[in-house]
Amino acid sequence: MSAGPERAPAEPAALPQSLRRNAPLVPTDGSASRALAAVIAILTFLAALCAGAAEIVASSAAQWQGAVSQEVTIQVRPGPGRDTEADVARAVALAKEAPGIAGTRALSKTESEHLLEPWLGSGLDLGELPVPRLITVRLAGAGTPADLPALRARLAEALPGAASLDDHALWLSRLSTMAHTFVGIGVGVVALVLVATGLAVTFATRGAMAGNREVVEVLHFVGAGDDYIAREFQRRFFRLGLRGGAVGAGAALALLALAAWLARLWRASPAGDEIEALFGGFEISWRGYASVVLIGVIASVVTGVVSRLTVRRFLA
Amino acid sequence: MSGGSLLSGADESVVRFENVGMRYGVGPEVLSDVSFAIAPHSFQFLTGPSGAGKTTLLRLILLSARPSRGLVSLFGEEVSGISSQRLTGLRRRMGVVFQDFRLLDHLTTYENVALPLRVQGRAETSYRAEVVELLRWVGLGERMHVLPPLLSGGEKQRAAIARALIARPELLLADEPTGNVDPQLGRRLLRLFIELNRLGTSVLIATHDHALMDLVDARRFVLGNNHLRIEG
Repeated sequence: MSAGPERAPAEPAALPQSLRRNAPLVPTDGSASRALAAVIAILTFLAALCAGAAEIVASSAAQWQGAVSQEVTIQVRPGPGRDTEADVARAVALAKEAPGIAGTRALSKTESEHLLEPWLGSGLDLGELPVPRLITVRLAGAGTPADLPALRARLAEALPGAASLDDHALWLSRLSTMAHTFVGIGVGVVALVLVATGLAVTFATRGAMAGNREVVEVLHFVGAGDDYIAREFQRRFFRLGLRGGAVGAGAALALLALAAWLARLWRASPAGDEIEALFGGFEISWRGYASVVLIGVIASVVTGVVSRLTVRRFLA
Repeated sequence: MSGGSLLSGADESVVRFENVGMRYGVGPEVLSDVSFAIAPHSFQFLTGPSGAGKTTLLRLILLSARPSRGLVSLFGEEVSGISSQRLTGLRRRMGVVFQDFRLLDHLTTYENVALPLRVQGRAETSYRAEVVELLRWVGLGERMHVLPPLLSGGEKQRAAIARALIARPELLLADEPTGNVDPQLGRRLLRLFIELNRLGTSVLIATHDHALMDLVDARRFVLGNNHLRIEG
């Protein structure tokens, strides 16, 4: 007992580490906490999937738009008494003269007939059919903008009724509307899910406050301010949110990565080409993965902040 | 020290009650016209039969209940309509020992005793030695890692007292602090309170243990029939 009560400034060294346990001041009730973490995980998972899907649509649409808007097509229709080859050559010449055109390529008659094969089958003699001819025109890009209306007018003037210019504008605008709609829906669903998370946390915090009334009272008596108590609750719920958010976002990341891997496998098969043609290369950019992680983080921050505000209101 | 106004000069008391009445809801008054003052460095007992309103009076001082009428001043400050921030400031100048201890069951004895310092935002290293020393002083040196449910009644009481003392309060309120300990330990705890009083803390001990009160020559606030009488 000689080491008893005398003062010892260097005391901490003699004290066991376990003194530093510093348990959270607000007790963590196992089952309720687990349930809330699970709810947050599920909501984060759904929101993250939604964001991932919106990101895939947006990036695929951007890919398509980038590829398509670099090209326009001139269609030359054969007519009775017209020399289609000459018409094609004339159209190519007109296109080459126009400003902002990087190059042209006229599809040969055989190539044009090949395009019809999927619909008409192979082995047919299409020589007798008036198969329209296509000329793809590559645009130079932003530096030298092409005057497409002028080109269209000159084509109509030189080859009336035979040649037309398709700049895919209608298709592009529909595509972009569709992509924006998808992204808008994605953002809306993510926002809804975050609101739902906030509401779940509000109820959970109220439950925790009611269950810990005694603890809160004692904290008040020993000199803890409302702000301090609110911070303690926030810390506890932020940790829960972080756990739930990490699980949910991790699961979403795993699922997206798995989907990307499967898409790569399929792409090697014949059906894969069609899927890719239709949906783009199911690729998730780093932005997609980053938005999933971000949603996990936002869910935890929302959890912490909402619990703090709830406690402040409760104590006031 | 004469720089303050006349009013604050007249109100040097740590606690001052003027014609305080208290009723719960629409029931009858449990306290009527209670007036007293606790001077700095003073030592007094609060006594009276069970149900006389001792705990209610302590709650009024702790500001966990508000009086139905009358004036309550703490450390020279009138407390009606006080902000929650000021309230926290006033509570930090008081230490309280509850009859039912109110230790937090999920914290160790050490953490419970350190609580008043921890909620002030102090780093754990800055108070560790202090807390351990006090724990040893009240005989809980070997029990500091134990959770309260595993402590005996007497140990809980000593932990509660240590928690009330650790922040060196200017006013110590104790509700039956010797109710659960044997007379010998009761006298030891009383000596601790007296020692604390000598160091400058005003002490108010609610008890109905007359043997204990007879050990000290101190003022007695006697509650009976909803009124307070001061003896000595």
